[in-house]
Amino acid sequence: MIIGEQPPPSGAFGVNAIAMTMRFGDFLALDNVDLKVRPGSFHALLGENGAGKSTLVKCIMGYYHATEGGIIIGDREQAIANPKDAHALGLGMVYQHFTLVPAMTVAENLVLARDNVPAVVDWSKEMKELDAFLARMPFKVPLGAKVSDISAGERQKCEILKQLYLKRHFLILDEPTSVLTPAEADEVLGMLRDMVVRGELTILMITHKFREVMAFADEVTILRRGKLAGHGKVAELTADAMARTMIGAEELTVQPPRTGEAGRTRLELAKVRALDDAGAIAVHDVSLTVRAGEIVGIAGVSGNGQRQLVEVLAGQREAESGEISVAGDPYRASRAEMRRHKMSLLPEEPLKNACVGGMSIADNIAFREFDRAPFASLGWWLNRGAFRDDAKKKIGQYKIKTRTPDTPISALSGGNVQRAVLARELGGDVEVLIAANPCFGLDFAAVAQIHAEIMAARNRGAAVLLVSEDLDELLELSDRLVVMFHGEFVYEAPTCDADLTVVGRHMAGH
Amino acid sequence: MADGSIGLWTVPLAVLGGAIRVSTPFLFVSLGECITERSGRINLGLEGTLVMGAMSAYGISYVTGSPWLGVLAAGVAGALLGALHAGICSLPRVNDIAVGIALMLFGTGLAFYLGKPLIEPTAPRLPAIDFGWWSDIPQLRAALRINVMFLIGVALAPILYWAFRTTRWGLLIRTAGESSDAARAMGYSVLLIRLRATMVGGFLAGIGGSFLSLFYPGSWNEGLSSGQGITAVALVIFARWDPLLCLWASLAFGGAAALGPALQSVGVTSGYHLFNAAPYILTLAIMIITCSPKRTLTGAPAELSITR
Repeated sequence: MIIGEQPPPSGAFGVNAIAMTMRFGDFLALDNVDLKVRPGSFHALLGENGAGKSTLVKCIMGYYHATEGGIIIGDREQAIANPKDAHALGLGMVYQHFTLVPAMTVAENLVLARDNVPAVVDWSKEMKELDAFLARMPFKVPLGAKVSDISAGERQKCEILKQLYLKRHFLILDEPTSVLTPAEADEVLGMLRDMVVRGELTILMITHKFREVMAFADEVTILRRGKLAGHGKVAELTADAMARTMIGAEELTVQPPRTGEAGRTRLELAKVRALDDAGAIAVHDVSLTVRAGEIVGIAGVSGNGQRQLVEVLAGQREAESGEISVAGDPYRASRAEMRRHKMSLLPEEPLKNACVGGMSIADNIAFREFDRAPFASLGWWLNRGAFRDDAKKKIGQYKIKTRTPDTPISALSGGNVQRAVLARELGGDVEVLIAANPCFGLDFAAVAQIHAEIMAARNRGAAVLLVSEDLDELLELSDRLVVMFHGEFVYEAPTCDADLTVVGRHMAGH
Repeated sequence: MADGSIGLWTVPLAVLGGAIRVSTPFLFVSLGECITERSGRINLGLEGTLVMGAMSAYGISYVTGSPWLGVLAAGVAGALLGALHAGICSLPRVNDIAVGIALMLFGTGLAFYLGKPLIEPTAPRLPAIDFGWWSDIPQLRAALRINVMFLIGVALAPILYWAFRTTRWGLLIRTAGESSDAARAMGYSVLLIRLRATMVGGFLAGIGGSFLSLFYPGSWNEGLSSGQGITAVALVIFARWDPLLCLWASLAFGGAAALGPALQSVGVTSGYHLFNAAPYILTLAIMIITCSPKRTLTGAPAELSITR
């Protein structure tokens, strides 16, 4: 039995956030937003990045104190000063990033999460209690395993189990399925849905996946730029209507149609092996060819070696063995080779992997060509004017939102950093493009623009290797789909023939 | 043989005895640093803490006549220096390594300044237990005269090992060191956990210092520590942040440090300084073997500034 300071309610309860306004300095993150989550319901909170979803739930959880507004829990208004207050009221949150300690076992993580961890833990007694608790739960996790050794799906289950173990009956889930395969997502959400139906839980889920909203949620609240844009019963709405409410009147870049046939082989990997930071094999002798005018998509749950593979191609990591060749020439990721073969890279986390944060946008855009005419004379005398002129042109062309080209690139939002990198990498001729999660965390407008640019590069005859955790993105863009699991390519098919359930099974390693 | 000489056996015996004597400060400093680093912070200032501990212990032992009060005073002085380190590191954008180097200089400087009057007098020393009473070989008896502090340190290693697994404080320290986000999400103050861990680490390092002035070499002077504090920090990395391995690593370093004097005692004088450098060569060798630019260290707390 777990005992808190005051016993939390024993069944599902509702939460009403009324007229919530949150200011950070001059910035209005939330503007008079109402959110009504009925007891025993599965409620979805939709909105683009920066729409205020996280701010709203953080106000509910006590991380932020709303400038105005109140929160009613059950039928009483509550002042929530900090997360501990929220926990005592039976509110729990599952974060987008895992809050489990990777170096500890599942059991240690569960016991540690309690408010009243005993000074000396009696492990044999605790394990007996945990086993009894798990027996009542819909999903199973290996208690004795280290968190770092279990799959992302199991970790997400652990996060949810942790909240249930702590007797929380109102769960806030922040994009809970972003690291899961479609099948795992359905399993986890389905089990939670069953608990909601039985009246044991109320769920508020932040998401941007309409499929999950349509399949699991009862009601939806949609935010746009800090304001309430709409709410209603899911059964009475369509995915299109929700998307329109979410983006508003903004014009999206239209993606060019897929044209042209694949040509000769441009990029070839033969038995490439790479180690991860801990020295374990992360990429296990993979072989692949990408032809001109073709997008090859690599699907897989995060952490299956994709990052290391892209790092090898980007020159950030040395391959242990194997050959990479571009247009028949051996490739060792040197600057000369990249230039000769017109290679472009859109790595994940572009601010970290493809930019120098403290340098200006103009400098960052010039990285590929800065020591060539017209940017430099004799290879060393730099012409600052040329940097700025080129940057100004690209800022307009790629719709980068900034006041001047001299702003440090780290001051831009994620979408604009990615646009600046896109401007640098796709501004010239491209023969080989390697992109890793190019749209992660970006809003609709940026995603549409990036997808359009990638498709246009393909149509112009570039060989594109697209590594992504977003299966929808891969299905939309790629000509051929490869699934990576535990460092190996376990499945390959033309995208038009790929069966989603088969792909999902391979992503989970079955 | 008739005069009790045991020939070349003197060397391993002297190394064994020396290992036990010399390893004691290593053991305490490394166990303390192990606690601090498991909480996600490196305290390089332990060299200063060690010297400060040695000075405080000698002074208090001299004034009160009780070496144990001296040990306690050394621990308190170490804990205060630890609190200073943790306090400064709690400020935003402060690098714990830089603060550590500053405190290393501060600690030794302060100890030299305050310890000036203590160079002359003789303070009561810590006791040792004679485990070699059954033998009549003087070298063996000497090697088996084991100081009480060593025994405490040997007991402390498994206790810490157990505590990291089964006590609330052990689990919290590991959480803060492995994922400060997780600790914060559970509502714990990472800074407070690290403050306490650094203070406990400083306490143990101070005690390690008291051993230097109160047992071996057993007096206070400015050349007392020859970098044991810093070596012990390296030793924690070598021991993979495991208290039990810290014990073995301390013994290995102690043995290496005892090699030079042991060889000298049997008349091998050539290369004396080279043999004295054995612990430092060992440190370098270990760093070269265990570190690689291609991989992170296994077992390293994820929040340490060197692994992040």
